[in-house]
Amino acid sequence: MNYSSLIIVLLILLGGGYLLGRNKARAIANQGMTLHSLPTHYGALVALWTGLPPLLLLIIWSLFEQQVVDHLLVAQLPQQIQAGSSADIQLAISKVHNLASGTGLSASPELQPAVKHLQALESRTSMLHTGLILALALLGLAVTWRRVQNTLRARSEVERMVRYMLFASSGIAVLTTLGILASVLYEAWMFFGKVSIIEFLFGTSWSPQIALRADQSGSSGSFGAVPLFVGTLLISMIAMFIAVPVGLMSAIYLSEYATSRIRSFAKPALEILAGIPTVVYGFFAALTVAPVIRGIGESWGLDVSSESALAAGLVMGIMIIPFVSSLSDDVINAVPQSLRDGSYGLGATRSETVRQVVIPAALPGIVGAVMLAVSRAIGETMIVAMAAGLAANLTFNPLDSVTTVTVQIVTLLVGDQEFDSPKTLAAFALGLVLFLVTLVLNFVALKIVQKYREQYD
Amino acid sequence: MTNTSMTTREKVEHSMKRRRAAESRFRLYGMASVLFGLLCLVVLFGDILSKGGSAFTQTFIETEIQLDGDYLGLDASSSDQDVRNANFSGLVKKHFRAMVNPDGRKERRQLYSLISAGAAWQLQSEVIADRSLIGSSLRIDLLADDDVDQWFKHDRGHEGEHSRLSELQLQWLNTWVDEGALKTRFNTRFFTNGDSREPELAGIHGAIKGTFLTLLVTFLLSFPIGVAAAIYLEEFAPKNKITEFVEININNLAAVPSITFGLLGLAIFINIFGVARSTPLVGGLVLTLMTLPTIIISGRAAIKAVPPSIREAAFGLGASKMQVVFHHVLPLALPGMLTGTIIGMAQALGETAPLLMIGMVAFVVDVPGFINDPSTVLPVQIFLWSDSPERAFTERTSGAIIVLLGFLIVMNTAAVMLRRRLERRW
Repeated sequence: MNYSSLIIVLLILLGGGYLLGRNKARAIANQGMTLHSLPTHYGALVALWTGLPPLLLLIIWSLFEQQVVDHLLVAQLPQQIQAGSSADIQLAISKVHNLASGTGLSASPELQPAVKHLQALESRTSMLHTGLILALALLGLAVTWRRVQNTLRARSEVERMVRYMLFASSGIAVLTTLGILASVLYEAWMFFGKVSIIEFLFGTSWSPQIALRADQSGSSGSFGAVPLFVGTLLISMIAMFIAVPVGLMSAIYLSEYATSRIRSFAKPALEILAGIPTVVYGFFAALTVAPVIRGIGESWGLDVSSESALAAGLVMGIMIIPFVSSLSDDVINAVPQSLRDGSYGLGATRSETVRQVVIPAALPGIVGAVMLAVSRAIGETMIVAMAAGLAANLTFNPLDSVTTVTVQIVTLLVGDQEFDSPKTLAAFALGLVLFLVTLVLNFVALKIVQKYREQYD
Repeated sequence: MTNTSMTTREKVEHSMKRRRAAESRFRLYGMASVLFGLLCLVVLFGDILSKGGSAFTQTFIETEIQLDGDYLGLDASSSDQDVRNANFSGLVKKHFRAMVNPDGRKERRQLYSLISAGAAWQLQSEVIADRSLIGSSLRIDLLADDDVDQWFKHDRGHEGEHSRLSELQLQWLNTWVDEGALKTRFNTRFFTNGDSREPELAGIHGAIKGTFLTLLVTFLLSFPIGVAAAIYLEEFAPKNKITEFVEININNLAAVPSITFGLLGLAIFINIFGVARSTPLVGGLVLTLMTLPTIIISGRAAIKAVPPSIREAAFGLGASKMQVVFHHVLPLALPGMLTGTIIGMAQALGETAPLLMIGMVAFVVDVPGFINDPSTVLPVQIFLWSDSPERAFTERTSGAIIVLLGFLIVMNTAAVMLRRRLERRW
């Protein structure tokens, strides 16, 4: 049975379990006995025990089926393939899969036993799978239905189960963090087994091309990531150069000067900038801003690369303006009015109040906001992937083409890839650096903002 | 009274001019910043609209073509298979050869390149729909090639040196224009076709369907999980280190670069669990993890907004904690949660980077049918097309962006309306 029909059958069983449990409870109540819980609670309890265990089994099964089948298949492969590298085995296994499903192109006789085995295995596991899951569902239904009695504390049991489910849902966020950490750490660990961590962090030459043949010149590839760090830093700095003054001044204007009518129009309008997908900014940067900057540069006699850091940074800055402005707006509004009134009472003008009272008071929050914005700029991918270059130039010239960590992750992982080459693993090492840097920035920024909020609460 | 007080007052009066000037300068900077932001918005939208508006029309060549049954080897009783195998593209070539009499192989090739490969398919589908057309002559608008399309829509009248068309081709085209054979019509193919290497045949149907399926998976997973997590953290979680750790995690995840979710999807969903690459299923899983923090955070805010008096009243009537939450708090908080979810979905709709990691950049011609078919999504389609050198693809990229922005505007407006409609002030 395929997944969708299996799930439909499970749902029907679940509904049936609910009705059966509820009706039995009602029948008991009709006999004049006092139930511990409402009849619906008994129904829900039966339904939960009918549906939950098979669902868990289904998820676990579908997660691990592939590995188990592949593991069993390896034993069926010819000796010389089994002795080969893991890549060869992988290739043979995918060939077997294709042949078994009838989409394979070449009939390789040496793989036939494995193909037969797979087909037999698949029909057997499919039967086993459906049978086990349905049996589990029916078992749960029957056992719980038998348990339905007036003394059964159905409500407490249901509520405890629901509570566990709620807890599990909130745990998914933790699992996600762990998943990200585990995946980048593991692959980065493999990478650092092939390339030294010192070379990666301090090397100044980045050319991740691995030769197809061993005797090709420049076959090793070099993985010095400093040019990427510098490129990321350069573009982020340009972006912050736009976003911080503009964002901060807009926030000050909107919260201290603007009438409520202007505010109610301009604030949402600015926030539209944050809602525009980054791929649109990338397109705008690559096809509109970059040629304009190049044109201006050329009219001044400057040599501007067509994928200049300036174009990508500028557009990224525009994207981050609303981010800075709405976060600063929040912290500026959190500054108590009494501080402002005190300053006005001493005869200060509005701008003097803002500069000498409000900003210093809001400074921690603003610093936090800027740090969050920096982390945003470092992790931004699409704008740089479309508008910045691929060549790893070690330069601080904003008119040159530079590349960034995120661009390299994208280029290394998009397209065909073998999974244990240093080229692919390098992307995960870069991902690790990116994750750690942004994690620290976010963590510190969130702490600062939280501390600051508490100060005036 | 004394000299010094006078000088203080004078000093202040003297400095007032400078201070007022500083005041208005400061105010001006603020205004300029807001205006700069708004200007960027206007320029961005103007640029996209001006580039992409013309993607919604397509140039056709109107002509009367003889569907020669002998040449095609077809008659009224031919099967669909025969029609599919018939040489319609030869027929189209023959027809246009007869129209302009090109001299030699080179000129013929120039002529053929004016007509899209899709023209033959147009004739084929006409014949499949109606066999009686065989042997008769058919008046039809045939698809023009993208170079002709661009020339007709943009360059006609001011031919620059950058035109990709030759003198001879322009001469033919100009005669067709004079005869009124070239015309533009609404570009339905843009909405009904999948991706293609030929700009005039490329459409966003596949990408829209892929986006829809991906978002469906995302919604079905992230809404229940997000709501459940928000309820747990707001109503049940004990104040201890574990809860604090979970909260810190969620806040951090909301700010982690989206590309790292792609790395997770690649390393764990695809390489460990063997979920098929490039499918809406794996895309939806990755986007679920990405949007969960947004949904949880907004969900918690919505629950917090429900006044404690509601809970106390329910408790007073003997409801259990679970009954208080599910019968009273959740229904009241649901509009706020839905608003947050729509905003999270809008974020997921525009997200590109993590989907590049999990293979959704594959060139997929077929329109996906279900969540396990290879597919692409609208933002990734935009990324792919923006890389293509053809000018017609730039236009189509902008067209696709207009569609994407349209969807986003609809979703955000829905969120705002929902909030206005259902929000309760306590």
